[in-house]
Amino acid sequence: MPFIPHTEQDVREMLAVIGAPGIEALFDEIPAALRVPSLAEVPAGLSEFEVMQLMQSRARQDGRPLCFIGAGAYEHHIPAAVWSTVTRGEFYSAYTPYQAEASQGTLQSIYEYQTMLASLTGMEVCNASMYEGATALAEAVLMAVRANRRSKSARILMPRNLHPHYRAVALATTGNQGVRFEELPYERALGHTLPSSLAPFAGQDITALVIAQPNFFGVFEEVDALTDFAHAQGAFVIAVVNPTSLALLKPPGSWGQKGANIAVGEGQPLGCPLSSGGPYFGFMCTRMEHVRQMPGRLVGRTLDLDGRPGFTLTLQAREQHIRRAKATSNICTNQGLLMLAGTLYLALLGPEGLERVAAVSMQRTEQLARALTAIAGVRRVFGRPGFHEIVLALDRPAAPVLAALSERGIEGGLDLGKDYPELGPALLACATETKSAEDIETYARALAEVLRPARAA
Amino acid sequence: MSNIPADLKFARSHEWIRQLGDGTAEVGISDHAQHALGDLVFVELPDIGRALSAGEACAVVESVKAASDVFAPVAGTVVAVNDQLRHTPELINRDPYGGGWLLRLRAQPSSADTGLLSAGEYGTLTAEG
Repeated sequence: MPFIPHTEQDVREMLAVIGAPGIEALFDEIPAALRVPSLAEVPAGLSEFEVMQLMQSRARQDGRPLCFIGAGAYEHHIPAAVWSTVTRGEFYSAYTPYQAEASQGTLQSIYEYQTMLASLTGMEVCNASMYEGATALAEAVLMAVRANRRSKSARILMPRNLHPHYRAVALATTGNQGVRFEELPYERALGHTLPSSLAPFAGQDITALVIAQPNFFGVFEEVDALTDFAHAQGAFVIAVVNPTSLALLKPPGSWGQKGANIAVGEGQPLGCPLSSGGPYFGFMCTRMEHVRQMPGRLVGRTLDLDGRPGFTLTLQAREQHIRRAKATSNICTNQGLLMLAGTLYLALLGPEGLERVAAVSMQRTEQLARALTAIAGVRRVFGRPGFHEIVLALDRPAAPVLAALSERGIEGGLDLGKDYPELGPALLACATETKSAEDIETYARALAEVLRPARAA
Repeated sequence: MSNIPADLKFARSHEWIRQLGDGTAEVGISDHAQHALGDLVFVELPDIGRALSAGEACAVVESVKAASDVFAPVAGTVVAVNDQLRHTPELINRDPYGGGWLLRLRAQPSSADTGLLSAGEYGTLTAEG
């Protein structure tokens, strides 16, 4: 579908038809005091060549560090076919066209995405994607408040070991809509949420319990016990999951007796490269019984008048262009292009390929843990199995250690001091299948070097 | 020309109300409204016991292309909802004044049905529309 800008003649003809003297006249209902006359702070334009030079020099500053930071975004190998397909002209837009059914290829890709994510999470239905994992959680919280008709409290139990950014985004998005969050502590030696820590809430009106599997520390939660407790109180369960890990772990749809009500997560690990925080995409899946309260849209498979299969939007009536202020959310197609990358990634890997990525990633994380904890002054904090991430305690502040590693071309992990001061000097490190045994050895040697002088002193 | 039973009263927002004679009244949407919405696929009904003021949004009827609020024609308390609509919302398309009823209200004694239209007045309104 071509996008062709108007020519000056088109513009003149259209203005003549409506009798307006110029484009400016179309904005005359905006009071002059509210208009910005010029954008003095915006510098003059650069030529394409100048922009290329500027960006290349900035890219050089980044270097090619060996990255052991995960913390919500993960470096995985992306088959070349993913992005060579995504950037084809037929797909290269983030949006569904306004007459969506005119673009059957786009709808088919969304349908396949929905099918694969629903299968991966063990849920019945998946929407056409969200902005990213954190806003997907915020939307899931709002959805739970709408859909859980047994609860009037809008109280959400949020574990402290959930990603700090997810907690911050959920609070920022929903805090002014009467939603209240209560923080659940984590077990200090094991890193997970003890089911017994929920006991004080027994018999109370709780709208939803959020469960991250794995949690921010990479540690596995006792999802069955947590889920069953929440359901016994009439609360919804919102699962926050890593899609790669689902190749190995029990899917949210099978947690406990009844399964999670809503499953959300960050789609970036599926075919999207690390890039300064985005654009990524979020996913949201639920059960059919809650589908009317799910934000966004759904694509369905149907038959046309001649009995041929085709794809159509089957759920969009609660979107903002129809329901205005009463829309379930401002989400529509949104991150269509990134979602397409995720679809292609999953299609190319298949269930077996994804399982191998997950298994090798787990293995590499364990190798990393062994290599680093062999160094004096480095200790593993939590004694429970997990996925992708490990929390390491250091015998001195983490920030200067990470800075010294960075000078050696290694991004060694995330300093947890700001978000989890109770852990003392600690960092969160990650290894996926992209880190070879040599890479891990390189990191361990560098860390030993960085820690050695101070120990000798 | 849509079907407008003479014994009903209508709101300008296209709901009908039928006095059942026992202090309760039945509420639905008009034939004109169901026709304008098209094939209905989902109906969201209020909780029984909910107190409604006149003009308050109390249900949502959703077709393939739109979801619209249904407003209470008079003030009252919800005493029954049409559970059959949860699985067969198309009853509203087939029989808007009978099997497609939405809810029953016990009207507040003080609540007057001022502002409601007779069948004739509603016919004029929809003919203009």
